[in-house]
Amino acid sequence: MPDATGLELIAQRVREKVGDEAVTGTLYYRRHATLDVAPSSVRDVIAYLRDGEDEPWERLMSVHGVDYLPEEPRLGVHYELLSMERADRLNVRTRVGTDEPRVPSVVDLHPTADFQEREVFDMFGVVFDGHPDMRRILMPEDYEGYPQRRDFPMGGEPVIYTFNEPKLPRWYD
Amino acid sequence: MKAQQLLRGELEGEDLEREVEQRLLFTKFEEAQNWARKNALFPLGFGLACCAIEMITVVGSPRNDLSRFGAEVIRFSPRQADLLILSGRVSIKMAPIIRRLYEQMLEPKWVIAMGACSSSAGMFNNYAVVQGADKFLPVDVYVPGCPPRPEALIYGIMKLQDQIMGDPAMGWRERYRAEGTEEVA
Repeated sequence: MPDATGLELIAQRVREKVGDEAVTGTLYYRRHATLDVAPSSVRDVIAYLRDGEDEPWERLMSVHGVDYLPEEPRLGVHYELLSMERADRLNVRTRVGTDEPRVPSVVDLHPTADFQEREVFDMFGVVFDGHPDMRRILMPEDYEGYPQRRDFPMGGEPVIYTFNEPKLPRWYD
Repeated sequence: MKAQQLLRGELEGEDLEREVEQRLLFTKFEEAQNWARKNALFPLGFGLACCAIEMITVVGSPRNDLSRFGAEVIRFSPRQADLLILSGRVSIKMAPIIRRLYEQMLEPKWVIAMGACSSSAGMFNNYAVVQGADKFLPVDVYVPGCPPRPEALIYGIMKLQDQIMGDPAMGWRERYRAEGTEEVA
């Protein structure tokens, strides 16, 4: 179980094997271990965790995109790894800015990441380098913008109630 | 007996007039046509979301028995259907497909927006859902509800039948400023 100590040990091994600058931090919060890595070394870290560890983190359960709007760098990509031997999970997360959000793809290591990276690209605009088919998956192909970013307008239309109807003249047009 | 005589031309005068009055029914051609159309609505077998389940129980199940009102034959080809029931939320990715289905249907054709989502996007006031199906389709009847009760949908279909009886175009071309888009045989 990676408790706080085990997480530090994993981080230490990753630093030794992948590089000192790969791990930018660790977080142990509510019995959940998280490894912060630099965006350029995401693929190497996940490859090491899959192949190099004695008890490997061989399964990628999910890939998420996050937008931490007021903070910089804004966008985050979370990888949730599962180890059957340890019967435990490990989060690997990275942060990229919106100006050039590029993260190496892990599709060759974990084929399940294919659609999930496409979804992160669709909703947050993070480009995964090395992905075989980097297209939108949920929104139409000609859609503009990344709708799950926090600064994306909500869309839709103002809903008419009796109290705001006078404020919206000729709403029925 | 009287009918034989009528056909042979043997009836004359008052007898003939009484016989004709009893046996013939006069109507306008359009009314007869509309009567036939309203009692032979073929809904398209097409569902979008959770309202589709409700639509199936109304249109397809013997419990609600829509055939009482002459609209139960579901057609799974848009070329044979003339009623499109939009049952569920319309995402912007689905909208061109629905529009294409609608254009494949033969005229005269009608659309019912079933439920809050296809009428006005309901609670999905966001980037992914079309804010009301009438943004890209002429809708004839809006049935509110989330989902509508079966009675509500049946009532909507009966309302549509009333409109078909009144005027097959039902004014939607005028409402949507679409004069001149009629199909020409």
